[in-house]
Amino acid sequence: MGRKLLLDKAHIENIRYYSTYRANGGYAAAEKVLKSMSPEQVVEEVKKSGLRGRGGAGFPTGMKWSFLAKPEGVPRYLVCNADESEPGTFKDRYLMEFLPHLLIEGLLISSFALGSNHTYIYIRGEYAWIPDILEQAIAEAKQNGWLGKNIQGTGFDLEIYVQRGAGAYICGEETALIESLEGKRGNPRIKPPFPAVKGLWQSPTVVNNVETLAAVVPIINIGGEEYAKYGIGKSTGTKLISACGNINKPGVYEIEMNISVEEFLYSDEYCGGIANGKRLKACIPGGSSVPILPANLLLKTAKGESRMMTYESLNDGGFASGSMMGSGGFIVLDEDQCVVRHTLSLARFYHHESCGQCSPCREGTGWMKRVLHNIENGKGKMSDIDLLWDIQRKIEGNTICPLGDAAAWPVAAAIRHFRDEFEWHVLNPEECVKRNYGLAHYADPLPLATAAV
Amino acid sequence: MVQFSEEKLNKVKEIIARYPEGKQKSALIPLLHLAQEEFGGWLSPETMDYVASLLQITPIEVYEVATFYSMFNMKPVGKYLFEVCQTGPCMLNGSDQIIDYIKSKLGIGVGETTPDGLFTLKTVECLGACGYAPMMQLGKHYREHLTPEKVDAIIAECRAKAN
Ligand SMILES: Cc1cc2nc3c(=O)[nH]c(=O)nc-3n(C[C@H](O)[C@H](O)[C@H](O)COP(=O)(O)O)c2cc1C
Ligand code: SF4
Ligand code: FES
Repeated sequence: MGRKLLLDKAHIENIRYYSTYRANGGYAAAEKVLKSMSPEQVVEEVKKSGLRGRGGAGFPTGMKWSFLAKPEGVPRYLVCNADESEPGTFKDRYLMEFLPHLLIEGLLISSFALGSNHTYIYIRGEYAWIPDILEQAIAEAKQNGWLGKNIQGTGFDLEIYVQRGAGAYICGEETALIESLEGKRGNPRIKPPFPAVKGLWQSPTVVNNVETLAAVVPIINIGGEEYAKYGIGKSTGTKLISACGNINKPGVYEIEMNISVEEFLYSDEYCGGIANGKRLKACIPGGSSVPILPANLLLKTAKGESRMMTYESLNDGGFASGSMMGSGGFIVLDEDQCVVRHTLSLARFYHHESCGQCSPCREGTGWMKRVLHNIENGKGKMSDIDLLWDIQRKIEGNTICPLGDAAAWPVAAAIRHFRDEFEWHVLNPEECVKRNYGLAHYADPLPLATAAV
Repeated sequence: MVQFSEEKLNKVKEIIARYPEGKQKSALIPLLHLAQEEFGGWLSPETMDYVASLLQITPIEVYEVATFYSMFNMKPVGKYLFEVCQTGPCMLNGSDQIIDYIKSKLGIGVGETTPDGLFTLKTVECLGACGYAPMMQLGKHYREHLTPEKVDAIIAECRAKAN
């Protein structure tokens, strides 16, 4: 069994409630911080842990915290990003539903470290039943002296509020989230200024993902150095992976970042292999925005090494033959799935979710959707494939926020690795509406380049 | 007349108190949720104007926000709103077939409401339940691992509740 730091107590009955959580070692990290550490020491500990943001970008959390501006007399804010809307991702929901106090404890410690006296949890509106769970945990924490005024006699005050969004993927982008929290449309802001300088109500703000903030608890409990011993290299600690698609055991798994993709996909401890005895065709390992990989590039890198569940290994090969850890949304496609159809579904998603501020994103996502729709329905031309390639290139890097890139990459990767499947649709317009291209050669062993002498 | 009860007005006050002095506009989305729940499952212009008056902001500030977010309904919907996820991961597990099944069962298309005003079918994008696909949102909660049999049971359950 892999070591766990976040979900190790998730199976305990009633762990959702304060008394059980506390009886099982909960709030020990908060106690340690409030009784014996300065905010700077907490930041230092998080830096030592090597923790990287779990929301998708993987930016080192300790470093992000140290960028927070601290002008005199201006409030600072911590905002917890619980917008979780990246297709394939449903891990934060699990943490909030089953271990709400772990998040509240993480928020308390992080708010103390950053000097935030009013911390907001921005949760996607569709998770409509979860605010009740969080608000109950907040009330319990308050009754027990972990929130409110002069917490545990330290002079530190903290209130935590839960704010619901209302259905907009873009509000997961941190500046759009801030706009939304201010009661506006979720239009991302042009940076700079960065939120660390001017964020919520123009005050210095840190936005962190739910899992990132929960991970601060074990970091304090075992110490940053010990945390850094989990995982491999710069992929320290554990990561929650939400696995879905055509697998035997979809669900949320905590992995130590030292296992191979193959183990994660096929072992009974995790996904349990491909459902219905079928074969693996492709996988999007880190949420819909990251590049799709055919079976043969998923399990091994282009160099022929075993691919690991780490930031670096998933990225090995870059855009040419790698992907990304992203948000940890692991989407598996079996041999009967159609890559064109799946890509169309994602293109429709990004078109729907574009905030419309930048023309390349607003118009480009719509174009990609229409062209893909034609190809999928047997009405495509060969030149459409190049057109798609061209559109995605013109979006990437030309927009205010990374949603443009996130919309471009899945299309680019699908064409890069599955071009013959697109061509097959064009060449077989009648057949392609009746059946799928199948596994084709996507699981064949890769021809390895012989080492240069 | 659109008017919150005394109890709801207290809730409004409590929400506004979460933000610093003068930042009451931050309460807009929470108030729109509250208003949609209270006033028939959608936001009429009258409802939106009422919310604007509660927050002392202009009506246009409310309209532009209400129209941005997909959870706010700009026209009336049935008593039971089936919001079925159709994004990639759900599609891999048969969401298209579930949507087709609901359409034929209720005799309506996507975006339509049954003549008795009971059901509206809407397709939505990923709801964060991809591992429990196919799925839909019904009111506050999710219905997951949908099958035709489950859909039948849900429809029967709604009909029973409506009677
Ligand atoms: C379009 C878009 C959607 C995003 N959605 C989320 C999200 O749902 N949850 C999240 O934590 N981060 C999301 N992010 C990343 C955030 O902008 C931000 O990087 C993150 O919340 C920082 O927290 P972390 O450093 O703890 O990961 C999104 C980014 C983009 C561009
Ligand atoms: S890239 Fe797309 S989502 Fe981001 S700001 Fe531009 S239009 Fe909006
Ligand atoms: S794709 Fe349907 S819930 Fe995520």
